[in-house]
Amino acid sequence: MSLTLTLHTQPTVPLEADAIAPERLEGMTPDQISAVALQYGNQRAQIGDFFKVEGTCNGEIRVAGDASRVKRMGSGMTRGKIVIEGDAGMHLGAGMAGGEIRVEGDAGEWLGAEMSGGRITVTGNAGHMVGSALRGTRKGVEGGEIIVHGNAGNEVGSGMRRGLIAIGGDSGDFTGVNMLAGTVVVLGRLGWRTGAGMKRGTIVSAQPAELLPTFFYACAYRPVALRLVLAHLRNLGLPVTDAQLTGRYRRWSGDGVELSKGEILLLDVS
Amino acid sequence: MLRIVNGRVHDPANGVDGEVRDICIADGRIVADVPPEARRLDASGLVVMPGGVDIHCHIAGPKVNLARKLQPEDHRRDVHPRTAFTRSGTGGTVPSTFTTGYRYATLGYTTAMEAAVPPIGARHTLEEFHDTPVIDKGFYVLMGNNVLLYRLLEQGRHDEFRNALAWWLSATKAYTAKLVNPGGDEAWKGRRNANITRLDEKIESFELTPRQVIGELIRAVDELGLPHPAHIHCNNLGHSGNYETTLETMRIAEGHRAHITHIQFHSYGEVPGKSSHNPTSKAREISDFVNDHPNISADVGQVMFGKATSMTADAPLAYMLSRFGDGKWVNADTEHEAGCGIVPFAYQDRVYTHALQWAIGLELFLLSKDPWRMVFSTDHPNGGSFMSYPRLIRLLMDREFRREEMKKINQKALHGTALADGLDREYTLNEIAIITRAGPARLLGLANKGHLGVGADADITLYEEHPDKERMFGAPRHVIKDGQFIIEDHEFRADHEGRVLHVAPDHDPQITEVIRPFFEEFYSMRFSNYPVDDHYLGKHEVVPTAKQRTTSS
Repeated sequence: MSLTLTLHTQPTVPLEADAIAPERLEGMTPDQISAVALQYGNQRAQIGDFFKVEGTCNGEIRVAGDASRVKRMGSGMTRGKIVIEGDAGMHLGAGMAGGEIRVEGDAGEWLGAEMSGGRITVTGNAGHMVGSALRGTRKGVEGGEIIVHGNAGNEVGSGMRRGLIAIGGDSGDFTGVNMLAGTVVVLGRLGWRTGAGMKRGTIVSAQPAELLPTFFYACAYRPVALRLVLAHLRNLGLPVTDAQLTGRYRRWSGDGVELSKGEILLLDVS
Repeated sequence: MLRIVNGRVHDPANGVDGEVRDICIADGRIVADVPPEARRLDASGLVVMPGGVDIHCHIAGPKVNLARKLQPEDHRRDVHPRTAFTRSGTGGTVPSTFTTGYRYATLGYTTAMEAAVPPIGARHTLEEFHDTPVIDKGFYVLMGNNVLLYRLLEQGRHDEFRNALAWWLSATKAYTAKLVNPGGDEAWKGRRNANITRLDEKIESFELTPRQVIGELIRAVDELGLPHPAHIHCNNLGHSGNYETTLETMRIAEGHRAHITHIQFHSYGEVPGKSSHNPTSKAREISDFVNDHPNISADVGQVMFGKATSMTADAPLAYMLSRFGDGKWVNADTEHEAGCGIVPFAYQDRVYTHALQWAIGLELFLLSKDPWRMVFSTDHPNGGSFMSYPRLIRLLMDREFRREEMKKINQKALHGTALADGLDREYTLNEIAIITRAGPARLLGLANKGHLGVGADADITLYEEHPDKERMFGAPRHVIKDGQFIIEDHEFRADHEGRVLHVAPDHDPQITEVIRPFFEEFYSMRFSNYPVDDHYLGKHEVVPTAKQRTTSS
């Protein structure tokens, strides 16, 4: 039986819950899990203060209820699975190195920030800073996958170094800002200033976009690698159309203020 | 009251070298004796030294705070938790104020001097000092690129120059005058990427040379009788071939006292005929000069491998360093007083220049004949964090460890240094006590610090003897500040507010009538708001000038 944590008391300030990760709760009885410490504002609290604990953790945790004020779940996790039946708070899966997180609802800011492995899937929307570098750091995501079915906020994949981020809906401003490498796919519309300061890496959109003047047009082509990426995303449940899969993409190189070795691929709808 | 018994005492200022003797404390001072009912601390197996004194570090003020803001990544990776007695904070190479005080204490340091503050940043610095617990502290105020002082010098108004200097020291609550790349800021501020490179070059917009500025400031500080001489960051820091500038700067002193800071960064030669090429070591030339000139003192400014943060009033230097990486950096202008640059930096043992810098620092330590005048520093956080002091002590005390470390570094860099010729010296505990406390205290003119004689401040560190000196000096068993146990059995037992150490040299009050018009014409703030008033000081101690000492005794 897997472990189920059902929120019975809504925190009034964010609850720091990095303890909620499969590897940290394995082998514990429900009573022991209830007593695991969490940081609640400036006070110490326990899982049991906010969650009803049922079952034991055999590598999978289910979180039920509106956990939008529960921060840092699954952060730094390396294995196992967390399923959140509802919304999740900020820093979900931040710095995770392996395992899987699935959110059946919306996720907050800093989703999967600086992760290095594993996969995060969000069926709803995600906040700002999806898969980004934390402030001050140059390097963001170094591996793994983040799949958001809905929309995402600003600075998706900022400073990203490796890995795949896919947004089924629209993304906000500064998508892929300061990217070093890696791939960001946005099936909907990109916000403003996409790829600002990017050195390398690929940003893909299936919609027209207004780009910075420091990006210059290179060619229109049908990249094979992109077809593999999009087929993979379709397998994961994103609504990738045949036109997107096989279509021609216009390649823009940039950012010209940096190395100009990055690319933005926009589906050629003409 | 406290009597420390059975400890091996290293108090070089009083000629005590590892003898077992009692140390008695009452009312925050060391006394000759205490009544039998006083608490006894059994220090068997412990080494007893005065609290450490850091003569040159960067721990408070506007530039330090800019460096903190620039590097949030260091903070989240190094959280300093609170204890029952102490407050929380953040670490990294530029710790928060509280963490700075506590971490100095955990290394047995009880005094530290912030080495570069523009006058206009004095308030900020004092406010940060107020939140830097345990240690006593002071700051050196930047006077080497001051436009008004330049004008007075240019016009030959020497008395007014000296009075203005004294006024500035008093008005900012500083400890001494600091010179940083004298003459360089005007060129830097006036023209793109310009600097000054020779001591006899004309300073931009003035009929003056760096030689004149350096000489006049050295003499003026000496005439004012400040407890610590002019504290000089020479021109051409970090440039190949700069040792000649350093030697020339020391010659300018002509018998007057002068302190050359982070001298390692100023001891580089160059391969003849190849300008702007790899530096070479000129540690021996520099060391010989310092050994032969008792009026000169220096701190080393050792480079330690790993993360550092370069922060300096030498703005053109920061620009040069920023070109080596493509990361973030800061450059700031400071009205008519100084420049400022901050560059996060990492020293790597495989890189020729970094390995050479490391080796030159060790050469300077090991070639020094007078530990009282070649004292300990990493120019924290420029050459490395003060948290690397225990490791540096081990490098000096343990030749086997040093040899192992030498194997790891760029061998080409090592070859040209005295280290490669089998420089086998090992520092003794007493010499370590000199370069880390007794020497700096003496150079700072702090009569009550750096020793354990009667009347001294009861700032005492007790280390557990251990063959691994890094371990020994990294975690003292007890740290006592002003007679109070701050750390007992490795744990914090109390918080404590240290004192601000500053000078108040006598000067002609009429000098403000010379300064005021200049101020009102050029500064962005009102003159009346500029001098720092006493309530910024909190706990403080005026360290007397030579003249004040004679008149009061």
